[in-house]
Amino acid sequence: MIDYQAPLRDMQFILDELAGLGQITDLPRCEDASPDLVAAVLEEASKFASGVLAPINRQGDLQGCRLEGEQVITPDGWQEAYDQFREAGWIGLSLPQEFGGQGLPKLVSTPVWEMWFSTNMAFAMLPQLNVGQTEALMIAANDEQKSTWLHKVVSGEWAATMNLTEPQAGSDLGATRMRAEPTEDGSYRLFGQKIYISYGEHELTSNIVHLVLARLPNAPEGVKGLSLLIVPKFLLDDDGQPAEKNDIRCISIEHKMGIHGSPTCTLSYGDKEGASGYLVGEPHQGLKTMFIMMNDARFNVGVQGVAMGERAYQAALDYAQQRIQGRNIVNGASNQPIISHPDVKRMLVSMRARLMAMRGLLYTAASWFDIANHHADTQVADKHSRYVDLLMPVAKGWCTEVGNDICDEAIQVFGGMGFVEETGVAQLFRDARIMTIYEGTTGIQANDLLGRKILRENGTTLRELLFDIRTTGKALEQVDELRDLATDLDELTTQLHITTDWVLEQDQARIADLYGGATPLLHLMGTVCGGWQLTRMALAAHAKQNAAGEDPDYLAGLISLARFYMATFAPQAYAHARAVRYGGQVLTNFPESAL
Amino acid sequence: MKVLIAVKRVIDYNVKIRVKADHSDVDLTNVKMAMNPFCEIAVEEAVRLKEKGIATEVVAVSVGPKAAQEQLRTALALGTDRAIHIETDERAESLAVAKLLAKVVDEEQPGLVILGKQAIDTDNNQTGQMLAALTGLPQGTFASEVAVDGDKVNVTREIDGGLQTIALTLPAIVTTDLRLNEPRYAKLPDIMKAKKKPLGVKTPADYGVELASKVSLLKVEAPAERKGGVKVASVDELIDKLKNEAKVL
Repeated sequence: MIDYQAPLRDMQFILDELAGLGQITDLPRCEDASPDLVAAVLEEASKFASGVLAPINRQGDLQGCRLEGEQVITPDGWQEAYDQFREAGWIGLSLPQEFGGQGLPKLVSTPVWEMWFSTNMAFAMLPQLNVGQTEALMIAANDEQKSTWLHKVVSGEWAATMNLTEPQAGSDLGATRMRAEPTEDGSYRLFGQKIYISYGEHELTSNIVHLVLARLPNAPEGVKGLSLLIVPKFLLDDDGQPAEKNDIRCISIEHKMGIHGSPTCTLSYGDKEGASGYLVGEPHQGLKTMFIMMNDARFNVGVQGVAMGERAYQAALDYAQQRIQGRNIVNGASNQPIISHPDVKRMLVSMRARLMAMRGLLYTAASWFDIANHHADTQVADKHSRYVDLLMPVAKGWCTEVGNDICDEAIQVFGGMGFVEETGVAQLFRDARIMTIYEGTTGIQANDLLGRKILRENGTTLRELLFDIRTTGKALEQVDELRDLATDLDELTTQLHITTDWVLEQDQARIADLYGGATPLLHLMGTVCGGWQLTRMALAAHAKQNAAGEDPDYLAGLISLARFYMATFAPQAYAHARAVRYGGQVLTNFPESAL
Repeated sequence: MKVLIAVKRVIDYNVKIRVKADHSDVDLTNVKMAMNPFCEIAVEEAVRLKEKGIATEVVAVSVGPKAAQEQLRTALALGTDRAIHIETDERAESLAVAKLLAKVVDEEQPGLVILGKQAIDTDNNQTGQMLAALTGLPQGTFASEVAVDGDKVNVTREIDGGLQTIALTLPAIVTTDLRLNEPRYAKLPDIMKAKKKPLGVKTPADYGVELASKVSLLKVEAPAERKGGVKVASVDELIDKLKNEAKVL
């Protein structure tokens, strides 16, 4: 497969023109992110991604991980790559400076993570856990815990995990059974089993810090009785160094469809005297902490959607330019590269259009995180915080679904060679398939969108968002050359408008119907938001078209992507809207016995 | 000992080169630019000398447009202590660059100057040699190993017949070959710190060097596309083709 090349130009365009890097740099605590520094960071990250992470991706897939006794052996090259990654300081990119990170805005770290995922998703999941855990501990841990654990988690000297799932507690964490019993010294002893723990055990670091969801004695039933505990693989001695092995065992690793380089572990806690752990935050408040960081974790998986799609697109584009097959339909010339066939070109353009739509949405959402976290005006911060809440299920749910579709389409471009493993696109397809499942399935995202993000607040934020989309439409109307896009965006947005009104009019008696249409609603939101971002891109491209030093072909290409999306993907919004309104009721009444 | 390194901004090696429609030059509009790979090797060698305690200061110089500061910042992120940017939008040819570098050598008095053996844009392979002539310093080109030993530097050179090791009296000029070292990746904290390292900006006029070219560029053309090969049935046919078609025998 062709070498990965980070799409730096696309990334930079979206950072500057859509996500407003200039405004983010003006925010308090974001001043370091000057344009030249951001360009240098992206450039060096792209070299590292192509030079270190990409070359071991295939080996990781072929070799996978293995369990020897209780030891997990990661693929060849993992250790060296991890050491380089850690020493280069990439884990701390967006993490707090007081614990050794660089504290750069999320907007800057987002394209960098896209590069890590594009080049080696199975590997990148490991350092991503350090980022997620740091964010959780920053929210809930006390100062002593922060100073004990965070320096080494931010530097990557120790690895991190999130332990949520149990055999009976998957999407429903309320069914968690892991017990945590208090001891006299204030710590806890944990007993139980966790499954699907990514990088739950390995030898890549001198310690692993597990963050475990468990029940204290007398905890309330369900999700309101869950507490969060730090449980290290090795207990620390008086100097804070890993010493005695804790009572945790890896008893198996999964044999999976993809991400073979990432060990997915079953961990058994407390087979002997109980695994020592330390309560983080208040008892029974664990899920609340988890939910605060959930937006972040879900966002990162959304980024995987665009990342995997980008890698697949690059491979497909290269193949379509090289592979000679067939005659030109217009002039009959023989021995043509397959990209000259309209249908192959269609696939490539549709891949790129959706990639840019997703990237526009994700990077813009990243800037909302930064505004929500740093803006001095609390009203502005609050609005963006609500935007993040509303759109996270879309960023996760829609971008991963579309990312899968793009990996699928890449195989189609390769034809038979795509079905053969050697070309590498099959691996992308297999690796990507987990994205719509972990960190909450698409269905869970859709329920979250409908229930918590729309119905609970009676559509307030969604209506604000609709207003913002209409504002883009007004701007398009002002530009003669883009007036067709204004009409398209208007029609597209109207579908979401009508559907929103309809959803909010339904009473409690139709709740099952509504949830039956939740996933189509999520797709509708994604389709509209994607179109919105592409029209914003068209506006920005148009404004720059006559500027000195710009590449007119590139800019015209961006405008064409918006038109292509409006012609081919936007009409799907009608279908999704109908599915929301009419599909749910049929589903509710459909007898299970007829299945 | 102070080590001076030269850094050139060139078209990125991954980019497919396109010639302008009017054949006046290579098309650089919106093309990704990067540090010349041989210069990366020079930076790496200098930084290693510093890590070994042999070099006390590493100074990077670049001649080129304002954007060449990006490559100097990269050199700073990789461990260079300070940088000098000689800013010009003119096409700077090897001799002009060598003259400018000679002035910088005069000013900075380095113990060792390391350059890439050539830049991947025009592949001239002459700046280092010209610099040696202008400064009167000994030169070791195409280095695959550089070992400083007291007031001498032993340079192992890659030559057609194999390897040749020569001892040069310091100060000296060394140009790097591909196998001298493997450049490292920049570390994130160092990228951040590079912003704050000193980068002085000069012009060719500050050094009294005239860049006006004595070479005029007539036309740039892309190399002919490679044609497909043929299979020959016998050794005789091969020899015949070499003699009569290729005319190399």
